[in-house]
Amino acid sequence: MNHRLETTALWSAYVLLFGGMIFVKNEHAIHIAAQIVILGLFAISFNILFGNTGLLSFGQALFYGLGAYVTGMIAKKFGGDHFLWALLLVPLVAMAVALVLGALSLRLSDVYFTMLTLAFAQLVWGITIKWYDFTSGDDGIQAIPKPEFLAGGLHYYVFAFLVVTVCLYLLWRLHRSPFGTILKGIRQNPTRVNFLGLNVFRHKLLAYVISSCFTAIAGGLYAGLDGSIHPDMFVWTMSGGIILMTILGGMRSFFGPIIGVAVFVLLEDVVGRSTQYWSFFIGAIMIVVVMLFPKGIVGVSRQFAGLFAKKGDPLEHS
Amino acid sequence: MDEILKVQNLHSYYGKSHILFGVEFSVNKGETFCLMGRNGAGKTTTFKSIVMLVPPKVGKVLLNGREINGLKPYQAARLGLGLVPEDRRIFGDLSVKDNLLLGTSSERKGYWDLAKIYTYFPILLEYQDQLGGNLSGGEQQMLTIARTLMGNPDILLLDEPTEGLSPVMVKVLKDLVLKLKELGTTILLSEQNIKFCMAVADRLVIIDKGHIVYEADVETFRADEDIKKKYLAV
Repeated sequence: MNHRLETTALWSAYVLLFGGMIFVKNEHAIHIAAQIVILGLFAISFNILFGNTGLLSFGQALFYGLGAYVTGMIAKKFGGDHFLWALLLVPLVAMAVALVLGALSLRLSDVYFTMLTLAFAQLVWGITIKWYDFTSGDDGIQAIPKPEFLAGGLHYYVFAFLVVTVCLYLLWRLHRSPFGTILKGIRQNPTRVNFLGLNVFRHKLLAYVISSCFTAIAGGLYAGLDGSIHPDMFVWTMSGGIILMTILGGMRSFFGPIIGVAVFVLLEDVVGRSTQYWSFFIGAIMIVVVMLFPKGIVGVSRQFAGLFAKKGDPLEHS
Repeated sequence: MDEILKVQNLHSYYGKSHILFGVEFSVNKGETFCLMGRNGAGKTTTFKSIVMLVPPKVGKVLLNGREINGLKPYQAARLGLGLVPEDRRIFGDLSVKDNLLLGTSSERKGYWDLAKIYTYFPILLEYQDQLGGNLSGGEQQMLTIARTLMGNPDILLLDEPTEGLSPVMVKVLKDLVLKLKELGTTILLSEQNIKFCMAVADRLVIIDKGHIVYEADVETFRADEDIKKKYLAV
C-alpha cells in the first residue's frame, strides 16, 4: 500500500542520510546534521500536539529550554560524569512541569490555550534572565562538560543520533497506535470523541505531557552539542521557529517537521554565509509555501510522487 | 418491561431561553421509540439533554434505573448511551476502519465487533482503507451508526437520521433499523419524517415548543389524522 511505501521510504531516508553522516569527515557538516536531528526531535514532538491533536502551543520552547538547563546546570555543577544521568532526569522533570502547566492551560481552548502557553514560556524566560545567582541570567551557561567518550563532534553526533532515533521510533509507534488515532479524532471533532466515551481533557493532557517530555530531551541533547546554552532557548521566537519549520515540512506527516527543520537549518547555513539577511529568504520561502503548498514539503512531494489514494488525499499514516 | 431509558420532567435552557418544559417519556428494552416534532420543536435539545451535553436544570435522566444527571457526556457514553448526532460528522481525515475502531473507545463488550459490522455494512468493508471524508452522505450516516454500534450501547440514539438523505438511502436506512430491531436493539429515534417513523417505531411521542403533547403506540397514531395535521403539518 502507498502509505506503507511512503513510511518505509522516509524511515530509510532518515536512517541512511543521518546514519551515513558518521562516515563524513567534515566537522561542520556533522555539526549541522546534529542540529537537524536535535531540532527535528523538537519539531516532531511538537507536532504530536499541533498536527495530530490540533493544539497550537506557542510555548514549547519552555520545555526545550528546561531540558537544556536541567542538563547544563547539573553537568556544570557536578562535572561531566554527571551529564548522562542529568539527561535521564530531563524527561521526568519535564513531565512533572507539563502535568501542571497542561492541567492549567488545557482548560482553555483555541487561541486562549495558545496565549497561555506563550505566557508561561515568557514567564520562565523572564525568571531565567533575572535569577542570576541560580541560572547565570543573560550570560547563559558556557563550557558545559561532557563525559570523555562523548567528546568531539563525531562522538557526540553518534550519541545524539541514537537517542533521537529511539525517541522518534517511540513517537512513531505512538502516532500509529489507537491513542494516536484518538488524538487525530480530537483534532477533528472533540465533541464527537466525547460521545464515544472518551475523556477528551485527559487525552489532551497526556499528549501535552508526552510532547513536552520529548521536546525536553531534545533540549538536553542541545546542551551537550556546543556546551553553551542561553535564556533565548526559552523565548517565543524559538517556539515560533519550530511552528514555521513544522508547517514548512508538512504538519500532516510524521516526518514532515524534520524535513522542515533540515531545509531551515541548511538555508540558514548556506544563505547565512553570503548575507546576514538570511531570515529574509526564510520569510520569502514561508510565504510561498503557505500560499501555494499549505500541506508543506511532504504534501507537495505526495502530489508529485502520485502517492494519492484514488479518492482524494492519502492517509496520514507516515 | 425493562425500562432502559427514563426521562422525567426535563427542563432545559440555552442560557436564559427555556427550551424544554417538563419533557417525559421512557423507552423499554428492545423497542424503537420515536420522538416526533417539527423543526425547532426541541427534539435535538432533548437528545443533548439526555447525553448531558446540555445538562437539564430540572428533571432526571435514568439509564438502566441509574440517574445520570451531573455526569459528563463521555461518562454517559460509557454507561451505554450511544448517540448518533444529527450532523452525523465522521472523522473525515481518518480511514473508515480507524473511524470504526474509535467507536470501541468506551470499552464496552457485546454483540458488535469489527467482523459483525462488516457483515451488516459490507460497504464499509469495501471502503475500510478510504478516508471517511470521501464517503457519500448516506455512507457517512451508515459509518456513524456503525461506529456507535461498535461501542455496544444499551440504547442507540438516532437524531434525525433521514435528514438530507436521498429516498434510496432512506430506504436502506429503514431496512437497517428494522434489522437492528430484529437483533433486539433498543432505539430512540427523533424524526419529522412520518412515514419513516411509522415504518420502524413501536411507540412515539410528539414534542411541540418544548412540551410533550401526544403519546401513543404507532397503530393508534397511524389512524389519527388530526394529530398529524395539528402538530406535524402534513
